[in-house]
Amino acid sequence: MSELILDKPRSPRRPAARRGNGELYSWLFMRISGVALVVLVLGHLFIMNVLDGGVHRINFGFVAGRWASPFWQFWDLAMLWLAQIHGGNGLRTVINDYARKDATRFWLKVLLYASMVLIISLGTYVIFTFDPNITD
Amino acid sequence: MTATAEVSTGSRGSQPPVPDGAITVTLKVRRFNPEFDDEPRWDSFEIPALASDRVLNLLHYVKWYLDGTLTFRRSCAHGICGSDAMRINGVNRLACKVLLKDLLSSGGKQTTITVEPIKGLPVHKDLLVDMEPFFEAFRAVKPYLITYGNEPTRERVQSVADRERFDDTTKCILCACCTTSCPVYWTEGSYFGPAAIVNAHRFIFDSRDEGAEERLDILNDVDGVWRCRTTFNCTDACPRGIQVTKAIQEVKRALLFKRV
Repeated sequence: MSELILDKPRSPRRPAARRGNGELYSWLFMRISGVALVVLVLGHLFIMNVLDGGVHRINFGFVAGRWASPFWQFWDLAMLWLAQIHGGNGLRTVINDYARKDATRFWLKVLLYASMVLIISLGTYVIFTFDPNITD
Repeated sequence: MTATAEVSTGSRGSQPPVPDGAITVTLKVRRFNPEFDDEPRWDSFEIPALASDRVLNLLHYVKWYLDGTLTFRRSCAHGICGSDAMRINGVNRLACKVLLKDLLSSGGKQTTITVEPIKGLPVHKDLLVDMEPFFEAFRAVKPYLITYGNEPTRERVQSVADRERFDDTTKCILCACCTTSCPVYWTEGSYFGPAAIVNAHRFIFDSRDEGAEERLDILNDVDGVWRCRTTFNCTDACPRGIQVTKAIQEVKRALLFKRV
């Protein structure tokens, strides 16, 4: 006599194999950082080029004065990080789209990530260690 | 019966009488014969046609009376089977749904219609492409009903409102117009493409289906919905009028908010 094969009633669904949400987060980051950059970059351009005589008043003292305030330090830091990662992520997508060979894709990405790390660390280093009392 | 030169090219022989009111149009076809050609080439044909003719009629005219070696797919010829997707004047259309009157040049100038195979899929011959990569992506999203547990003893009932959610994406005929109009698909063939996402959408948003999470996981991958750049080429190309980009955005939203 053959046994009647029945699934357990209300058996739980097969757990889905999560592959990670990397692409989702990168997509979301592009939207959020894009909106933030509109404010940060346009604000920066306005202060630097339009307000109080624009570019003509910019000198060592002006930069030193701004970076004495944690607010402007944070502003510039946020702009640097967001712009670098936003642009880098965009270029990563372009490389993913257009690089035909795996090796090309790999080396282009290595170049991209290396340049991102270099510029982010250099910029961050300058913002935090800037010395207004520097003498020549 | 004696063989004639025209029979040997595979065409039907003598041309039919030209109907009243026919206009002569130039049909430029991008051709490729893997046995002889290294590169695709353009062939032009002068065809007497009526404004009410479809582009498919012009192709038939070439095949039947001018050059029987012209190769293309078509089955129903009425916009249902989705066999004759091709690039007509640079946009993806079904040859059986494009009327000549919509392509005529203004001011009585000579009309030239270009016909190319759909892009992004390997060309076998002339307008005939290998659809396998396209169907492979379609199969990968599990386009069938998935349920767990015991089967109900009665019909799986669904409300009108629940049916409405995926009504648009049930219209897909898998002609590949959308997928082969997508710039991301042209450059990166591993992208699932709009058609596969449309068919995943059809089941993800079906209240009777329980496989939404599996499909969303598949589409959350590197080659999934996040590759979409919302260029709307797919929506423009769809001969069934499916809001393809909207469907892709709905899948993105379902992933983002973890809610179907």
